[in-house]
Amino acid sequence: MALFLWVIVPYLCFAVFIVGHFWRYRYDKFGWTTRSSQLYENNLLRWGSPMFHFGMLGVLGGHIIGLVIPKVWTDALGISEHGYHIIALAGGIPAGLIALAGLVILVYRRRVTGPVFSATTKMDKVMYVFLAAAIVLGVWNTLASGLFHVGGEYNYREGVSLWFRGVWTFNPDADLMGEAPWGFQLHAMVAMVLFALWPFTRLVHVFSAPIGYLTRPYIVYRSRDERPGQGTGSRAPQRGWDKPTLQKK
Amino acid sequence: MKVMAQMSMVMNLDKCIGCHTCSVTCKQAWTNRAGMEYVWFNNVETRPGLGYPRTWQDQDEWKGGWELRRNGRLTLKSGNRLKKLASIFSNPKLPSIQHYYEPWSYDYETLLESPVTRNYPVARPYSLLSGKPMNVEWSGNWDDDLAGSGEHAVKDPMLKGIEDKVKFEFEQTFMFYLPRICEHCLNPACAASCPSGAIYKREEDGIVLVDQDKCRGWRMCVSGCPYKKVYFNHKTGKAEKCTFCYPRIEVGIPTVCAETCVGRLRYIGIMLYDADRVLDAASVEDDQDLYEAQVGCFLDPYDPEVQRAAEADGIPGDWIEAAKKSPVRRLIMDYRVALPLHPEYRTMPMVWYIPPLSPVVDVVKETGYDAEDRGNLFAAIDALRIPVEYLANLFTAGDVPTVDKVLRKMAAMRSFMRDINLGGDPDEEIAASVGMSAEDMYEMFRLMAIAKYDERYVIPTAHSEQAHGLEELATECAVGDYDQGSPFGEGSGQGALTPVAIENFNMLKERQTSDHDASVTGGSKRGRVNLLNWDGRGMPEGLFPKHPDDGPKQ
Ligand code: SF4
Ligand code: SF4
Repeated sequence: MALFLWVIVPYLCFAVFIVGHFWRYRYDKFGWTTRSSQLYENNLLRWGSPMFHFGMLGVLGGHIIGLVIPKVWTDALGISEHGYHIIALAGGIPAGLIALAGLVILVYRRRVTGPVFSATTKMDKVMYVFLAAAIVLGVWNTLASGLFHVGGEYNYREGVSLWFRGVWTFNPDADLMGEAPWGFQLHAMVAMVLFALWPFTRLVHVFSAPIGYLTRPYIVYRSRDERPGQGTGSRAPQRGWDKPTLQKK
Repeated sequence: MKVMAQMSMVMNLDKCIGCHTCSVTCKQAWTNRAGMEYVWFNNVETRPGLGYPRTWQDQDEWKGGWELRRNGRLTLKSGNRLKKLASIFSNPKLPSIQHYYEPWSYDYETLLESPVTRNYPVARPYSLLSGKPMNVEWSGNWDDDLAGSGEHAVKDPMLKGIEDKVKFEFEQTFMFYLPRICEHCLNPACAASCPSGAIYKREEDGIVLVDQDKCRGWRMCVSGCPYKKVYFNHKTGKAEKCTFCYPRIEVGIPTVCAETCVGRLRYIGIMLYDADRVLDAASVEDDQDLYEAQVGCFLDPYDPEVQRAAEADGIPGDWIEAAKKSPVRRLIMDYRVALPLHPEYRTMPMVWYIPPLSPVVDVVKETGYDAEDRGNLFAAIDALRIPVEYLANLFTAGDVPTVDKVLRKMAAMRSFMRDINLGGDPDEEIAASVGMSAEDMYEMFRLMAIAKYDERYVIPTAHSEQAHGLEELATECAVGDYDQGSPFGEGSGQGALTPVAIENFNMLKERQTSDHDASVTGGSKRGRVNLLNWDGRGMPEGLFPKHPDDGPKQ
């Protein structure tokens, strides 16, 4: 069972994640967007969206530090276990809580603002469930095991993190996860499902974070013959067997 | 010198009757779909008024366009790149749908399905955003023709500083219409604000377009454009804007708004400009110098050196010829009667306007004086500071003498032509009083008053070695058209089709210039009638299938 959950499922989700993105980019560039609803409602979004996004950036940073950087490295830097713990909690708790608060505002807004609610797709709803679950469980883990030591102390850097790095080196140790507290297990499981859903939701916009904007010239010039054989439009002439993208639901 | 060509437009505001035909035909052609209900690539505003979206001109509020920093560098008014990226999660300057209007439709079902009743059933409005019943409280052109001006027009941002002088009492007020499309700027702030680099300016003709596959819906362009001419499609989550009808322009026919303009007040043509000068021109210190600076970027296609440079930069010969004949160039450079809209936004807009003389003429007429007399008109231009100052706020960043000069030219033209129409000799002196020769004045009159279709629109076709790739052919819409020989049935074998637009154009021309029933069966369609071109007269060959008994007819 542990083998299935913590070895097979991760690779499956990961494969769906990669192939899904490739497919989506190849066949649905037109649908690759944030699908912003700021036009409909701004008073709540003005607070919720930056809180959520900046909080999530902090959370992402925290996960990279916690999961990717081996314990021996921080030990070598002379950071004690206790010191690391304090830093992680000081960064992680506010970031997590801000992201969670932002998410609550955004979900509330989505439900009560008429136009926003009617612009919400089924996929959005599914995605929100998993996203919210992942964040709530993440915050719970941080608070419960990190701060209040519910159910005993658990050092994820000697469990979950090793398993996580194992996945990347194709040598995952399923037992490490099997021994982790249920909160961590659930969090990881929900996150993996979320990654599998990712390419089919609006979350794809994460991968178009426009970093290039900082360095490119202000005005973009482009020739109408830029893509030979593709004519003047930015998209290739559609063949009879292509589904017209505009009609896709 | 880097020579580039720009497709541009001039509108003669004196002739706009505010009929909104241009807006409606544009909408039918381009934005007649879900998610775009509130989008008007072309809109017509009553001035003074709020405009669309409401108060778009108030850049203290909206922070659109460029701004000259103290160090002399041009930056986006809403902040540098880092600041833009930092505000990406919630654009602080995005107009809300209320600044446009909440689109709605009517519940026609109740009318259609109503049983017999004593009272008329009523179709109630419901919102196209939320699907809920709504009260219609605002829409585009709510303040048309100064409706509710006491409440709305007084909030016109362009009245700042002259509020106390403008009267909205019925007899004393003035108004005119301002049709607006995207300016296809030389220094487009929309493109500069786009984090994804999806908005680009076409090298060949300067048309500014949004690549729908690259747009990621960051909506920075909507707030970046000072003219608020990029719209957010709330269904697809992508930005869309006026395309200058490029599929039509590429085959040499004018934009839909120009083609259908009732006042025939739009002119389309090429401007050659020096791309190397644009940034410097956009960075001149004084806002009021921007008009001259922009004119300084334009190149004279008659100048042999410009011709040589243009050829070296790959501009085809027929485009240089078109630039010579360009009505836009003549109005901007030769006669100097066209002015840019809000040059102070520093985007170097390329849709220019001939300011209206009519507010002045109206006043003179009402006082009982001769409104075609040059002396009276000149005096009135001087005396009627209010309309002139208002026009200056729109077209010259508040520089009154420049607007004054243009209005004087128009007034002079009026009395110059009156003499001719009354059978008198043209009075050279009238032309000279505004610094023009009699010939120039007459030519200007011809262009502004009676120019025919091909004088108003001088549009060289796109040079494409892959003409089959033109957009119209690339779409699958082969309206009622097939070629028997094509292997996969209707619409396949696309290379053989004539674009619908070209066919319509040719037939329209034939119909307008001949007095018999023009054929509607021409083109490559061999015996099929294109109903788009049939005006209802007669019964053209091929409208109905031949009766089997009829035998060979011709
Ligand atoms: S007017 Fe048109 S080209 Fe100019 S900034 Fe706005 S959208 Fe861009
Ligand atoms: S169609 Fe012409 S006359 Fe009518 S509103 Fe538009 S620009 Fe003015």
